Amino acid sequence: MHAFEYAAPQSLQEVVALLSEANGEARPLAGGTDLITQMKENRRSLSLVVDVKKIPELNVLSYNGSGLHIGAAVSCTKIVSFEPVSVYYPALAEACALVGSYQIQNRAALGGNFCNAAPSADAVPPALSYGARLLLEGPNGQRELSAEDFFAGPGQTVLEKGEVLVEIILPVPPPNSGAAYLRFIPREEMDIAVAGVGSFVQLSPDKQTCEQARITLAAVAPTPVRAKEAEVFLAGKALDETTITQAGELAAQAASPISDVRGSAAYRIELVKVLTRRTLTKALERVIGTRE
Amino acid sequence: MKQPIEMNINGEPYTTIVDTRETLLDTLRYKLGFMGPKEGCGNGNCGACTVVLNGSVVNACLTFAVEAAGSDVTTVEGVAAEGNLHPVQQAFIEHGGLQCGFCTPGFIMSAKALLERNPNPSEQEIRLAISGNLCRCTGYDKIVRSIQAASQALSQHA
Repeated sequence: MHAFEYAAPQSLQEVVALLSEANGEARPLAGGTDLITQMKENRRSLSLVVDVKKIPELNVLSYNGSGLHIGAAVSCTKIVSFEPVSVYYPALAEACALVGSYQIQNRAALGGNFCNAAPSADAVPPALSYGARLLLEGPNGQRELSAEDFFAGPGQTVLEKGEVLVEIILPVPPPNSGAAYLRFIPREEMDIAVAGVGSFVQLSPDKQTCEQARITLAAVAPTPVRAKEAEVFLAGKALDETTITQAGELAAQAASPISDVRGSAAYRIELVKVLTRRTLTKALERVIGTRE
Repeated sequence: MKQPIEMNINGEPYTTIVDTRETLLDTLRYKLGFMGPKEGCGNGNCGACTVVLNGSVVNACLTFAVEAAGSDVTTVEGVAAEGNLHPVQQAFIEHGGLQCGFCTPGFIMSAKALLERNPNPSEQEIRLAISGNLCRCTGYDKIVRSIQAASQALSQHA
């Protein structure tokens, strides 16, 4: 590992200043479960590591009328055990509980899952399907953007020099909505998704038709991608076996997977169809099961 | 680049100088002599390095020592109280929850943490809780039995 300087500032302004003024590559450090592995394997050589775990804004975890606010340094374990998450955002809780082992979840942060920008990141698809927005702070002040516009490629984000992810914001789920996340791995635990799908549906007040659907695919494109054709197709339709199957077929068209050690492109396409069907069905069951 | 850090390890204060590149695991083992946590994979898969950092089990191999400045750390050396083995340790001995022993300190830390948050786990919950700990000898079954026995022993104590 290359030598680097380590700083653990107390304020967001200091983080931005340190990252802006760094010579060479500088990265924020939250849980480190991706970053430290990359540094150990010399896949990343940094001149400065800025530990952001002491920054109050990055440790926010709250739910109110403006939605769910998750500071970028909040660990998966804290997210999973935050009651509003299990009640209102079960698909996010499911995904955070799939990241690595319990030891990893105690360290790994949702903000890190975004900033590492792995196409296979488990916590990203449900966040996108819930309509997440991201709050960034940089040398030129704050900006907010839709979470799906954050990714630029494998390991690449739109963060500019000195800019840091502060908060992931999920809107309050509308009435009659539900979501689910599923991934496929060849064993029970501790693996990287071969494919993953997060689905969100909002039904009409009589729960007979789908008003809006959001479907996000993982590990089948250079970035997490929304399956927009499938979403448009489902709007205004009753969710039944036929429409859900058709949505799976359309979702597969949004995937552009590669063949690698985890699975072939053709296999991943099949997985997208199956996981889309299953997550839509599960999301639907979550709405229909909701007591008014 | 070196800097001094202070940590409380198993209830005792320690001060040492670490390189920023040094993992908490290397500091514990090679600077401070806590040889319980082990390095198996070095990338967070095997869990042999599991320690408790400020109340949470973590992989010490994936934590920089500088991050742990000012923290409370518990290693397997700090689990036994006043010369008496912890019920989890006792159960691993009585139920053959180890063979070569390399992974055991990590399993003890994960099992103890599980029983602290869930005193009566199901077999499925036990297997999930130790999914970040690899054992190449036992086939896990006796480890699961050991944790079940520790759960029973602890509930009788309570």
